[in-house]
Amino acid sequence: MNLATRRWLPHTIAVVGLLVLLYPLAWLLATSLKPADEVVTSLDLWPSRLEWSNYTTAMDGVSGVGVTRLLWNTVLIAGGAVIGNVVSCSLAAYAFARLRFRMSKVMFAFMVATLMLPHHVVLIPQYIIFNQLGMVDTYWPLILPKFLATDAFFVFLIVQFMRGLPRELEESARIDGCGPFRTYWAITLPLSRPALITTAIFTFIWSWNDFFTQLIYLFAPEKFTITLALRGFVDQSSTSAYGPMFAMSVISVLPIVLFFFVFQRYLVQGMATSGLKG
Amino acid sequence: MSTVSTRAPARAGRTTKPDPPAKRRRRGRERQWPAYVFLTPWMLGAAVLTLMPMAVSLYLSFTDYNLFDPPKWVGLRNYTDMLTEDPRFWRSVGTTLKYVVVAVPLKLLLALGAAMLLKNLGHGRAFYRSAFYAPSLLGASMSIALVWRALFNDGGSVSHVLNAVGIDAGGWVGDPDLAWLAVVLLTVWQFGAPMVIFLAGLMQISPDLYEAAALDGAGRWRQFASVTVPMLSPVIFFNLVLEMIQSFQVFTPAFAISGGDGGPADSTMFYTLYLYERGFTASHMGYAAAMAWLLLIVIGVITLILFRTSRSWVFYSDEEGR
Repeated sequence: MNLATRRWLPHTIAVVGLLVLLYPLAWLLATSLKPADEVVTSLDLWPSRLEWSNYTTAMDGVSGVGVTRLLWNTVLIAGGAVIGNVVSCSLAAYAFARLRFRMSKVMFAFMVATLMLPHHVVLIPQYIIFNQLGMVDTYWPLILPKFLATDAFFVFLIVQFMRGLPRELEESARIDGCGPFRTYWAITLPLSRPALITTAIFTFIWSWNDFFTQLIYLFAPEKFTITLALRGFVDQSSTSAYGPMFAMSVISVLPIVLFFFVFQRYLVQGMATSGLKG
Repeated sequence: MSTVSTRAPARAGRTTKPDPPAKRRRRGRERQWPAYVFLTPWMLGAAVLTLMPMAVSLYLSFTDYNLFDPPKWVGLRNYTDMLTEDPRFWRSVGTTLKYVVVAVPLKLLLALGAAMLLKNLGHGRAFYRSAFYAPSLLGASMSIALVWRALFNDGGSVSHVLNAVGIDAGGWVGDPDLAWLAVVLLTVWQFGAPMVIFLAGLMQISPDLYEAAALDGAGRWRQFASVTVPMLSPVIFFNLVLEMIQSFQVFTPAFAISGGDGGPADSTMFYTLYLYERGFTASHMGYAAAMAWLLLIVIGVITLILFRTSRSWVFYSDEEGR
């Protein structure tokens, strides 16, 4: 290989790979704007005319529940999950990373082990509990567990981050008379901001994308999330509804795309460190 | 931002003598109760939402239970029924195993290949890293699953492209032999997450090692086999375990591509989809609990085997993995 090929070949592969990778997204956007008769007949990504009415149809939502309501419901769940995870996971992480207590090793090992636990093993009893509490068909089963630090992944992520922080500040805070609560609140938490942001974004995206838990716990259409609304299209095979259906899909992935553009540094960095420190 | 873990400080001080009586310890170090205050939410969750449910679902797996009537003890019948009298169960096991065995290695190979490509890219690396990573965030969503269903449907883009290159292909979604492959490709599409981890690992391999290998006359392939793979083996191992565990639990794409019922002909009846159907559609909660425990055992055994074999191929350069 001569020098020029060696320089350009990786770039060429990267560009081609990127195009293949992005095709489904381009297709999604294109189809959401295509007139009904063009969806199947034309492979052309560019619609002959932009059918904005797909979006106005999509905004009507499903079963009389509009998309704004569906989005608001989803934001409510994802927002609650974010607050829960950031609070409870950072509290637990601080204890694991900085405090000494009996059984700390056993508890930490248990926490790491739950990282690998398939959710299905606790699914049915959790359902029974929430059913007993009268919380089925409310948002509590989707939010409450987050306030109890059940997402071990984030506890682990924040522990690893806190362990990497220099101890000097905390030491001097202690000498100045700060107890563990002051130190956590005034020193460790602000320093852990990157890990907390990573936790918040991942929690938001994962709750936003979640389908299984919502499918099991939510029944009333007015409580539906955007994902549950889209589910109604799953067993529909006619292509005539493609326009509005994919317009709604675009609306539902838009927040994730926005988050990605704004926070990609935290997302990529969080992913990279979680793996290496494991 | 450094990606190297600094675990040493946390361990320092652990080797001191057994703690002196509480009263004589220096202040700030000795009190344990604040730690438990910090841990209260987590301990509550671990007890009420993890440990207890695990025990309860183990118990339920030996019962007949429909959520409304009290559970009826049936001994091992759920397990024996499952293993001897339920062809749909075996179908779901077959589909899921086939999927895991194909999707995981394919995804990891692509991730490793892309990471090596990006490492050598220099200029533009950060851009491509982010762009390749994006599908990993979107791939789990219902929207993308619906896109996939449309792309692989009869008359979708995939059949068009295959027909154009001379392969006579209909829709994969309606074909019992091919529908699961559409799910595989959706998984592989999300290779960005393991790629990011691989890339971070690759960047930590000291260039000195490659230089030394080159001086010893190692070609590119030899450098890959003798430097890259051993140095990267902890990361490969981590990704392998993680992806394996996740793949066994695939749900949303299977749900969407199968039209919600595992079709056509149960060919996309993935394990978790069947578990959902048994437990929540057919109200055989005991049976579903038994399926869940079997899944836990299978994942546990495979993880254990991977950990065992890892001793012979995973190479830790020193204690702290630096």
